[in-house]
Amino acid sequence: MSDSDPSMPQPEPSRRDFLRRSLKACAAIAATGGLAAYLWDRHPPGTLGRGEAGLSLPDFSIRDGGARIAIITGSDRVRTLRRGLDALGGIGRFIRRGDRVLVKVNAAFAAPAVLSATTHPDVAAELVRLCLGAGASGVIVTDNPINDPESCFALTGIGAAVASAGGTVVLPRAGDFAPGTLPGGRLIRDWPVLQGPFRGVTKLIGVAPVKDHARAGASMTIKNWYGLLGGRRNQFHQDINGIIVELAQLVRPTFVVLDGTTSMMTNGPTGGSLADLKPTHTLVVGTDPVAADAFGATLLGKTFRDLPYLVRAAGLGCGTTDFDSLKPVRDAVS
Amino acid sequence: MKITTARRLAQIFFFAIFVWLVLVATVGTGWTQWRGWPISWFLQLDPLVAAGTALTTHSLNPGLAWALATIVLTILFGRVFCGFVCPFGAIHQFVGWLSRRIRRPREKIALNAYRPAQAVKYYILAALLGAAAFSTGSAFVGRLHIGLLDPIPLLSRSFNLVVLPAADLAFERVFPAGRFSSGAALVGGLFIAFVLLNLWIPRFYCRFVCPLGALLGIFARRTLWGIGKTGRKCSECSLCDVDCEGACNPMGPIHVSECLMCMNCLDTCPGAEPLGYLERPSQGGEVTSHGVTRRGFLVAALGGLSAVPLARLGGARTAWSPALIRPPGSVAEEEFLARCIKCCECVRVCPTNVLQPATFEHGWEALWTPALNNRIGTSGCQLNCIACGQACPTGAIRPLSLDQKQGSGGFEAAGAVRIGLASVDRGRCLPWAMDRPCIVCEENCPVTPKAITVSEIEQTVRDGAFEVASAKGAVLRIRGARLAPGQFASGDYACKLASEERGRAIVANTEDTLTIDAAAAWPEPPAQGARVEVQIRLQRPVVDPSRCIGCGVCEHECPMNGLRAIRITADNETRDPRHSVLLAAHAAEPSSHTSP
Repeated sequence: MSDSDPSMPQPEPSRRDFLRRSLKACAAIAATGGLAAYLWDRHPPGTLGRGEAGLSLPDFSIRDGGARIAIITGSDRVRTLRRGLDALGGIGRFIRRGDRVLVKVNAAFAAPAVLSATTHPDVAAELVRLCLGAGASGVIVTDNPINDPESCFALTGIGAAVASAGGTVVLPRAGDFAPGTLPGGRLIRDWPVLQGPFRGVTKLIGVAPVKDHARAGASMTIKNWYGLLGGRRNQFHQDINGIIVELAQLVRPTFVVLDGTTSMMTNGPTGGSLADLKPTHTLVVGTDPVAADAFGATLLGKTFRDLPYLVRAAGLGCGTTDFDSLKPVRDAVS
Repeated sequence: MKITTARRLAQIFFFAIFVWLVLVATVGTGWTQWRGWPISWFLQLDPLVAAGTALTTHSLNPGLAWALATIVLTILFGRVFCGFVCPFGAIHQFVGWLSRRIRRPREKIALNAYRPAQAVKYYILAALLGAAAFSTGSAFVGRLHIGLLDPIPLLSRSFNLVVLPAADLAFERVFPAGRFSSGAALVGGLFIAFVLLNLWIPRFYCRFVCPLGALLGIFARRTLWGIGKTGRKCSECSLCDVDCEGACNPMGPIHVSECLMCMNCLDTCPGAEPLGYLERPSQGGEVTSHGVTRRGFLVAALGGLSAVPLARLGGARTAWSPALIRPPGSVAEEEFLARCIKCCECVRVCPTNVLQPATFEHGWEALWTPALNNRIGTSGCQLNCIACGQACPTGAIRPLSLDQKQGSGGFEAAGAVRIGLASVDRGRCLPWAMDRPCIVCEENCPVTPKAITVSEIEQTVRDGAFEVASAKGAVLRIRGARLAPGQFASGDYACKLASEERGRAIVANTEDTLTIDAAAAWPEPPAQGARVEVQIRLQRPVVDPSRCIGCGVCEHECPMNGLRAIRITADNETRDPRHSVLLAAHAAEPSSHTSP
């Protein structure tokens, strides 16, 4: 080919030559076609149906003897937490040897613990210690906060406290979110839910402070599950009660801890000043988040009637707003 | 140990330190985090940074005194900074070596011959310093653009914004949430271009472009010791040029200012020490001029000088960009541009990635200076963070304490530092414009008391007037309605009689019934035929400019995804009283924010 001089007469192509070239051409066509068939997208963008494609979270609750709740007064979080758990039968009733525990804290803001905008590190660390003491194989502490995740876990003190107690802080990465769907849900459909840290987890504990919230009325243990949502979750503020009700349905924890040792009465949920806080010296441990939050509302000078999501969640069987009907264990530790 | 081995070890050592200091510039207390590491040390060692900022501000920011060490080193021993210390130089030398390992000596000798074009870097230096030098009192402040080409800021910028984030894509260790920089392609492209130019001519950047090398070349002109001929027999074989990094013609007469002190000539010379590192002058003759004509130098300096009035004629002083949000502690814009060296250390340490290198959207002068972009990153400017000011080597961002930033602990009178002001776009805001509840901005406002408050309103929804068909307890059956079940059950809706002031909360609805909260229901159910209206309770965000610090958390969180419905502008920023919005703020003394 290289010495094809136009002035020279080209040799006649032989039959053999022609067949060989035809064969090569056929092979090239077949290879291209095969590659196209291999790459053929049966579900190109735009044809995916929205629906129940996502995952849902497993039920982590323990069903023996019905819901229980303990309301302990006192200013020492570690002692009220321990007393509360003892009142419900001890941590061993919830956490068994070999359990892998996920503790969902509220680490939403990069603010120091003293401002009570986030879960207190003492409570988080004590929960880790208690779980490990009960034989848990590992305790993961996580949240998808509003402010910068690293700053949040560092500034709140949760990161250091959990690490020194032997727990593992997991900061959410992009790959940790997978589409989740609440069966029968209206809002949580194919929505990014923090699923990565749940791998292998057998028990779930929620631990949240008691805070004022202008849109939702109050932010407590159920609103705390908001931190499991990813994506542009702020859109849910258009139906804040609806999303909190769906979170109550989606997340069935082993137990929750509502820390009302200090309550944020105003300027919530960010706070930022000690003037926003009030010592209410109460900590609730319970297996019914609705009941825990219904009691928590009273610390803010409200009732469950002021929080439509509690009424609706109770109506859907997520718990009871009549916390007294659970015969709460009340005690005081000084 | 051979001197070239020592040089290689030094280059590896300093390059490793440079990379380490880029790596650890993450806010935190771990030993692989910032803690106390001197992350800006290489920038402080850079005499061009010191000289440039000294020209524009007539002062030397503390820390930049390190540059003296480099100058002393150069005056005594020549450009050892270029040969032994400079991490960018190390990259150039390594790439040049890698690409020419199998080239013949004759080709390499030709490549390493002195070229008159090496004078270009002196003209670049003259233009940059000319722009910096222009200042007459407070009216005209010099423009500092050395950072565009100064190797240490250039390399810092490239590693901070491109090399480290790119490498971390594989590990997600340094930046778990990913790291993004606007215009990263331009930063990285310039870096890659300069690195690849080594394939054409070795140390292209060092020989023709580097303004720091030019500055050091001027200091090296009268260096006490240097490479030179000893006077012993030289066969003039040119082998000293084979690996000559500076293209300085060591065989003589040597271009003293061009010698990078790579020491390769001592290694490749086959003779009995005709070359050595010795007291000057060289026995083989010297060229101490830089190949620069006085006229050319003057023209370049004047050209740079003219940039100042030209920039001012752009009118940016009065038509300043309201979209340009500088980090907290920044000095006023004119002085900011006189101090910022575009190293992007602040951008690197910003924990949320909200601090971004400006591209051209704020004018060409702001290229690669830090500006907040509240749509990038994990959050807005964090209330309890002062990292950027602590990282800035030149005082463009002052090192605030937390109390200074927040206006607490003795700084109450000065108040919190404001970097801008949020304003609600009532044409886009969900509760203002579209009758949907939201107030995410109010929730996330970190200031206490909140700078965003809400104004509450209850207003009748579209097609929301009905006639009562019948009423039983708290349940109203309404005539002719086809409601979506649950449509008014979100807790945000109320039902009111035409005669009433306020509505009563709706807790549920079906296609044609409304259920009122039993605790709030009418004592007497409304009569058949009564007119009722369904109202939505809206909380609409309102910004208090006396409290807003412009942190941008609200803008970052606003669910209006594209153009946010609450946005920060530089209005009311503390750093320039002329930008204030409120009457009281006018009383503040301008000098407290602008003096160096």
